[in-house]
Amino acid sequence: MKNKFIYLNNEEKISSNQNKPFVYLDNGATTKVDEETANIIKNNIVEEYGNPSSIYEFGLNSFHNIENVRNLIKKKINAEKEDNLIFNSGATESNNFAIFGMAELGLKNNKKKLITTKIEHGSIKAPSKQLQKKGFEIVYLNVDSEGFIDFDQLEKELDENVFLVSIIHANHEVGTIQNIEKIGKLCRKKNVFFHIDAAQSFTKVEIDVKKQNIDLLSLNSHKIHGPKGIGALYVRKGIDLKKIIFGGPQENNLRSGTENIPGIIGFGKATEIGFDKNEEKVKEMKELRDYFIEKVLEIPNSHLNGSKDDKRLCNNINITFDFIEGEALLMYLNMKGIYISTGSACSSRSLEPSDILISMGRSYEQAHGSVRFTLSKYTTKEELEYTFTCLKESVENLRKLSPLTPK
Amino acid sequence: MTLEYTKKVIEHFTNPKNVGEIDNPSGHAIEGSPACGDMVNIDIKVDDKGIIEDVKFKSYGCASNIATASVATELAKGKTIEQAKNINWKDVEKELEGLPQVKVHCSVLAVNTLKKAIENYEETIGIKKEAKSIEEKAYDELKNVVNPNTGNMLVDDKLIKEVSIKEKKIILKIDLSDEDLYKNNINDEIKEHLEHLFDVIEIIFIK
Repeated sequence: MKNKFIYLNNEEKISSNQNKPFVYLDNGATTKVDEETANIIKNNIVEEYGNPSSIYEFGLNSFHNIENVRNLIKKKINAEKEDNLIFNSGATESNNFAIFGMAELGLKNNKKKLITTKIEHGSIKAPSKQLQKKGFEIVYLNVDSEGFIDFDQLEKELDENVFLVSIIHANHEVGTIQNIEKIGKLCRKKNVFFHIDAAQSFTKVEIDVKKQNIDLLSLNSHKIHGPKGIGALYVRKGIDLKKIIFGGPQENNLRSGTENIPGIIGFGKATEIGFDKNEEKVKEMKELRDYFIEKVLEIPNSHLNGSKDDKRLCNNINITFDFIEGEALLMYLNMKGIYISTGSACSSRSLEPSDILISMGRSYEQAHGSVRFTLSKYTTKEELEYTFTCLKESVENLRKLSPLTPK
Repeated sequence: MTLEYTKKVIEHFTNPKNVGEIDNPSGHAIEGSPACGDMVNIDIKVDDKGIIEDVKFKSYGCASNIATASVATELAKGKTIEQAKNINWKDVEKELEGLPQVKVHCSVLAVNTLKKAIENYEETIGIKKEAKSIEEKAYDELKNVVNPNTGNMLVDDKLIKEVSIKEKKIILKIDLSDEDLYKNNINDEIKEHLEHLFDVIEIIFIK
C-alpha cells in the first residue's frame, strides 16, 4: 500500500531539481545544521568515539568533551557551577522529565497540583494528561487574544499544593513570548518551582535562570542549527528531581544510557554559533519578519495571530486567511518549492493541533485557515518576495474555489 | 503527520474540474461546515430525460477535499439520476488511485453532497419523501461517517448496533474497539453530525 504513494518532494526533485526553488520556511519544525557543526560531529564520530565512562585516556577525552559543552551551555543561561544540566534526547524528553520527575517529588511532599497553560507543546500537554489520569490536579491557564497567560489566574491558583508551574517561553505556533521574569518572581515569592520550555526561544530570547528565577529549563539543539536527537534539562541545584530513565549512572545519575556524544558536541557548537553575534541575527530576522507580515497583511481578509515587536519570536509569522483551509494552502506552496506548516488538519476532527488558536479566541474556521512561516538566519528577502508572490496567487486560487468567499 | 498524495490527487487539486455554481440549478446541496474544516457545495442541472447535463462544485477544505469533489462531479456528469445515485466513495477513491486513510472521509463527504443534491432535485420535481422520524434523521446524518482505518461506513456497514433515543438524548452503541486508533475522530465526527438534533449524545464502543 505504502509504495503506491509518492512523496511529493522526492518526485519533484526527480522531475525538475534543476531550476526548482527551495525556500525553507519551517524552521520552527527543525533547522539546517551549520557546516561547521556538521564537520565537528563527523570528526567526533570517526576520531573521538571513546565511551566517556571508560577510564583510559581515550574515554576521558570524551568525558571532557561533554563537560566542556555542559559548562558552555550553563554559562549561556547564567547557571551556577553546582546546578545540573542533564543531556538527553531533546525537549520532548526534557519536558517529560520535568513534569514526571517533579510530580514524583511532589507526591513525596504531598503536593498534587500542576499549573500549566492552554497553549503548551504536546510534550507538556500529554504528560499533564497522564498525571490527570493518575489523580493529579492540573490547571491550564487561560490566555488572551495574543496568547499571553492570565497572570491573575496564576496568582490565584498558586497555593501550597502546587509542585510545579510549567510555562512555554515562546509559543511554537504563534510565537508569543511570555513575561518569564514576572512569572518567575511570583513563583519564587510563593515558593513554587518554575519550569519553562525554551525549545523555540533558546538563543533568540534572553534566558537568565538567576534573573528570571527559573528552576527547570528545557532546551534542544535541532531548532538552533544543531543535530536532532539531543537536548538538555537544566535543574537548579538542591532540587531532588526524580529520574525517569533507569540504568547506568550517567549524567550525574539522573539520566541513564551512554551519552550521545556526537549530539552533545554538535549541540555545543550550535550553541556557540547561535550566541555569536546573536543580537544582530535576531534583529535581522525581526526586520524580515515584519517586512513579510506587512506584505502578507495586504492580502484582504488576512489576520496576524499572536503578538508583535519584542513580544513575538523573531522568526515566527502566523497568519489566518479567511475562507480557505491551511493544509490546501500548504500543498499549493509545497508545489512551488516553499515549505511551511499549518496547525490545521482536516483529518483530525478534534482540532488538537490548532487548539492554541482556539484558546486565543479564534473561531474554528479561523484556526483551520492558519499557516505558520518560520524564518532562520539563512532566510533572505528574495526568498520572502518569491513566497509572497506565490502565496498571494495561491490564496486567490483557493478563494475562487471556496463556497465561503463572499461574492 | 505525513501526507502522501497520489499524482491523481495532485492533478485534481491543482486543476479541479467543474468548479463553480449553476444559476437556477435543478438540485443543490451544501454539506460539511467551516468549523469541521471541510465543506462542499454541489449544484446539478438535470435535463428532461433525467440526465445530469451539468454539475458544478465549490469546496472549502484540504487538497483531497478539493480533489474528491472534482472527481465526484466528473463521475456524475452525463449520468442518469439513477446511475449517479450509485456512485460511492470507493469509486472516487479508485479514480484517484488511492487516498491516505485519514482523508477517506473527504471522498465520503463529496459523494454524499452529490447525493443530497440529487435528493434536493427529486424533492423539487415532486418525488417528495415523507416526513422523517428523528431516528431516520440521525441515520441520515451518520451516513457520512466512515472509519478511515478500515473504510467501513457507520451506517452502510451496520456498525451501529443499538440506538436509543429519549427526547433530546441519544445513546449509540458502536461496534468498534475502545482502543481503535481513530476512535476519537469517529467520536467527534458523530457528535458533530448529531449535535443539532440532540442535547446529549452518548457513544459507547462495545467491541
